[in-house]
Amino acid sequence: MASNGKSNGKAKSNGQWVGKRFKRKEDPRLVRGISHYTDDIKLPNLAHCVFVRSPHAHARILSINADAARSHPGVRAVVTSADLEGLGMIPCAMQMPDLKVPPHPALAKGHVRYVGEPVAAVVAEDPYTARDAAEMVAVEYEPLPVVLDMEKALEKDSALIYQDFGSNKAFTHSMKSGDINAALKKADRVVKVRLLNQRVAPTAMEPRAIVAEYLPGENRLTIWASTQIPHLLKTQVAIMVGLPETAVRVIAPEVGGGFGSKLNVYAEDGVVPWLAMKLGRPVKWTETRRESLLVTIHGRDTINHLELALKKDGTILGLRAKVLADMGAYHQLLTPLIPQLTALMLPGCYKIPAFDCEIIGVFTNKMSTDAYRGAGRPEAAYDIERIMDCAARELNLDAARFRSKNFPQPREFPFTTAAGLTYDSANYQQSLKRALQLAGYDKLRARQKAGWKQGKYYGVGVSTYVEICAIGPSAATPAGGWESGTVRIEPTGKVTVLTGASPHGQGQETTFAQLVADQFGISPEDITVIHGDTLAVPYGIGTFGSRGTAVGGTAIYYAVQKLKTKIAALAAHLLGAKAADIVIAHGRVGVKGNPKKSMSWGEVILAAYTARSIPAGFEPGMEATHFFEPSNFTFPFGTHICAVEVDAETGETKIEKYVAVDDCGNVINPLLVDGQVQGGIAQGLSQAMYEEMVYNEDGQPVTGSLMDYAVPKAIHIPEFILDRTVTPTPVNPMGVKGVGEAGTIASTPCVVNAVCDALAPLGITNIDMPLKPERVWRAIAAAQAAVPPPAATTKSSARTARRSA
Amino acid sequence: MIPASFDYESPKTLNEALSLLAAHDDAKLLAGGHSLLPAMKLRLANPPLLIDLGRIGGLDYIRDAGDTISIGALTTHGTVASSRLLLASSPLLAQAAGNIGDIQVRNRGTIGGSLAQAHPSADYPAAVLALDARIVTASQSGERVIPAREFFTGMFTSALRPDEIITEIRVPKTTGAGTVYKKFAHPASGYAVVGVAVVVRGSNAKIDEVAVGITGVGEIAYRATAVEAALRGKPASAIAEAARHAADKVEALGDNYASAEYRRHLAQVYTRRALQEALAAKRK
Repeated sequence: MASNGKSNGKAKSNGQWVGKRFKRKEDPRLVRGISHYTDDIKLPNLAHCVFVRSPHAHARILSINADAARSHPGVRAVVTSADLEGLGMIPCAMQMPDLKVPPHPALAKGHVRYVGEPVAAVVAEDPYTARDAAEMVAVEYEPLPVVLDMEKALEKDSALIYQDFGSNKAFTHSMKSGDINAALKKADRVVKVRLLNQRVAPTAMEPRAIVAEYLPGENRLTIWASTQIPHLLKTQVAIMVGLPETAVRVIAPEVGGGFGSKLNVYAEDGVVPWLAMKLGRPVKWTETRRESLLVTIHGRDTINHLELALKKDGTILGLRAKVLADMGAYHQLLTPLIPQLTALMLPGCYKIPAFDCEIIGVFTNKMSTDAYRGAGRPEAAYDIERIMDCAARELNLDAARFRSKNFPQPREFPFTTAAGLTYDSANYQQSLKRALQLAGYDKLRARQKAGWKQGKYYGVGVSTYVEICAIGPSAATPAGGWESGTVRIEPTGKVTVLTGASPHGQGQETTFAQLVADQFGISPEDITVIHGDTLAVPYGIGTFGSRGTAVGGTAIYYAVQKLKTKIAALAAHLLGAKAADIVIAHGRVGVKGNPKKSMSWGEVILAAYTARSIPAGFEPGMEATHFFEPSNFTFPFGTHICAVEVDAETGETKIEKYVAVDDCGNVINPLLVDGQVQGGIAQGLSQAMYEEMVYNEDGQPVTGSLMDYAVPKAIHIPEFILDRTVTPTPVNPMGVKGVGEAGTIASTPCVVNAVCDALAPLGITNIDMPLKPERVWRAIAAAQAAVPPPAATTKSSARTARRSA
Repeated sequence: MIPASFDYESPKTLNEALSLLAAHDDAKLLAGGHSLLPAMKLRLANPPLLIDLGRIGGLDYIRDAGDTISIGALTTHGTVASSRLLLASSPLLAQAAGNIGDIQVRNRGTIGGSLAQAHPSADYPAAVLALDARIVTASQSGERVIPAREFFTGMFTSALRPDEIITEIRVPKTTGAGTVYKKFAHPASGYAVVGVAVVVRGSNAKIDEVAVGITGVGEIAYRATAVEAALRGKPASAIAEAARHAADKVEALGDNYASAEYRRHLAQVYTRRALQEALAAKRK
């Protein structure tokens, strides 16, 4: 992968390991299936929990009769909200002036407000018995009017989910800069579009799972959980069950993906530990795939009204946005935060003098939305990149050149955006240029023109994105945005790295080892990275928001610097040299300019532990911790281009070429960065093409299994042509920005832009996601009915299409 | 994904299996399990007894039987898809098998299991209909040979009696014919939204014989007899018009992914394309 970007920040680290395509240290145990996920945890006397869930989207609970279930052989407990004495509410971490926060009990109390809401929990000797007994719990419901459509939910005569709130509005949030009314008035053209960003299910390969064990003698509650945030979960569970935080230990064993869905505290996270404490025996709950689709948070689900004010020459004058964001029935940990990120990133990578954004959070009878890969930024990128394409078309400008015209120049960084963020560093022009080259953009455009004459619908999609990563400065986050890192060099010279981040597929056992190896001049094989055990690792925030390396890695970097100072002091003492002259490299600690004076790495480290000869005031041992507080977010960026052909007769889309040029600053391991980009594109492309969480008019989930909910398979994903530019960030000393979400953010608008571009001759400006063939076919048929096609594909098909319109 | 309790038997011989089946009305046969087990995990199916046919020897084969090829009921889709004998002498069945589900499904699922399930969107039904295959069954009262056209009777129902087990599928050799299986797959399930299986004999100037089997559109797979009638003895130029009858008199299914109207439309387009490709393939 060529990295031909010009560096405009700090020099790239060109160590022996950093920058290498080093294979993941995690993989041998994972691919052989010999490691342990939460469901693999087996404890003596383990009991199993199954939840009784609401079959209604909105109903009053009239009665619950659990007698039959309780007396079923093998059942140890059946609990409802009435039994959950002392268990606190499910937390929401967001605070906003007018935010409505409904009470969120772990088991439904009086009402149920979405299908799948837990109503009772059954504990039995095995999961089969628990499941059998769950079916014996008789719940009498009185169905209530269901609120599903956000626009209707805000109408005056809508049914209410919470009578006390007086409306279904959860909050209103606005953000303004410049004079939007003047911009709209002055504009030669105002381009408008209404975009739907559909609800999707994160669908981690490993569903959620939790095992809890309480030892009353030691007063210790141990929780194994598939989570991205072991420390925050520890704090929140302690609060919910009423134990001192010191009595709770959370272990995240192998975690099979999260994508934001495990950056949360769920009902089950409270109920299962509570049951373990009450019953005096360990309890396990593992989510089924159906539960995963229904009651793990969903992502996106916004309705976006956008207006872009422009001069004839393509200069942007202003952007106005009104966004409705579906909260679902309750707030999970960060539910109301996600659309705020959309507002912050709506200006994208463009100079926008006037900006006005209003976001309204809306309650509906569905599962909560919350962070899903990209969390608010894919929505923003979709909005701005789609309207940029609509605008280019209306002004008859080339989509790439129009974007470039509105980019800030590299010398303008740090660049303050219309939403008030300060972008750290970028060279958008260079990324666009490289992507156009790799895609063969001019040829694609030429083929498109020729194709239209033959009734072939080729399209080219461009998406120049910027995202907000390395979350983040603590002032801008609900629960602290720093990260901890501890580096311990053991007496044998082997190194243990403890990170407060909680990697679950990102590969930081590998990248952190690479970074430390270079600093110490040792091999990554001699370094073990430990994470996800709150008793072993100092308090940390976790892995989300593409922060693991940029924030967590930086904490480790600084801890390493502390140890290098300490090693230099000790070696100077032992070798009779000045600390400033000590060089640590290639497994040795020596003196600059004097090759005879040196010791092996192991000798120096052992000397720190035997402590027989140490300088005055030297602290024995070799361990350092650093808590890194970033001064800003980082803002990775890039350009994605894809070429599609749409079969106008059936509405099927074929992605023929996909080019991604991403810039995440300096790269520690290109192999892992490629993997993140590929996986990210697959997920974003899949939202554009396939995925959609559908509820019917009664609020029943229609796509409740993987037979209906379309997670992409290998055959659905085209080959990707990947490249990078490298613009390091000044925000951290390694110049790394983060890359976990870039692909998801860039690819969704890229694909939709390409399809709409292909259908431009028919006058089609927008088709809502997912671009299901039938939806595309209907749009084409409607357009063909309005305007005759440039050249019909076949007579019969054109007739069929018109007839169906 | 936690099934209700059930008993399990794994007979070693067909006779043992038949007597178990005769003794237990509501038993279900396990022959791959890719439809049955998910249904059981969701408790949509709760059979008290599972009779696993996987340990029965001698039902996994593909044999040349003169004018026909015989396929044992426990032959996996993967084996059918890659059979040299089928690919050389009767490729349509292999083409359909190669389109089923994904690699994992093809390595477990069996042709007998799939046909017995009679899923309205399965791939095999279109192919066995177009081939006029015969389905051989066994029961304690003896063997039956059921023509494919009489086999599928409704959604998830077939001419198979409760005491019968499918033992063999016989397909004619299609030497000299062009065959194509063309499928629009559901992106989640992999089932056919529309699947069209075509056997064509003749030339561009005159189509001598044509058979079109269609799955996914209606409650059961069917032969598109109106298309066939409109093409027999006609030149290739008649295909476009003939294909418009692909879903005549069919009550099409509709769901969240594809409406009835769209399925009918796809049936027409895919039929036309399949016929054109089959004729082109034949010329090679």
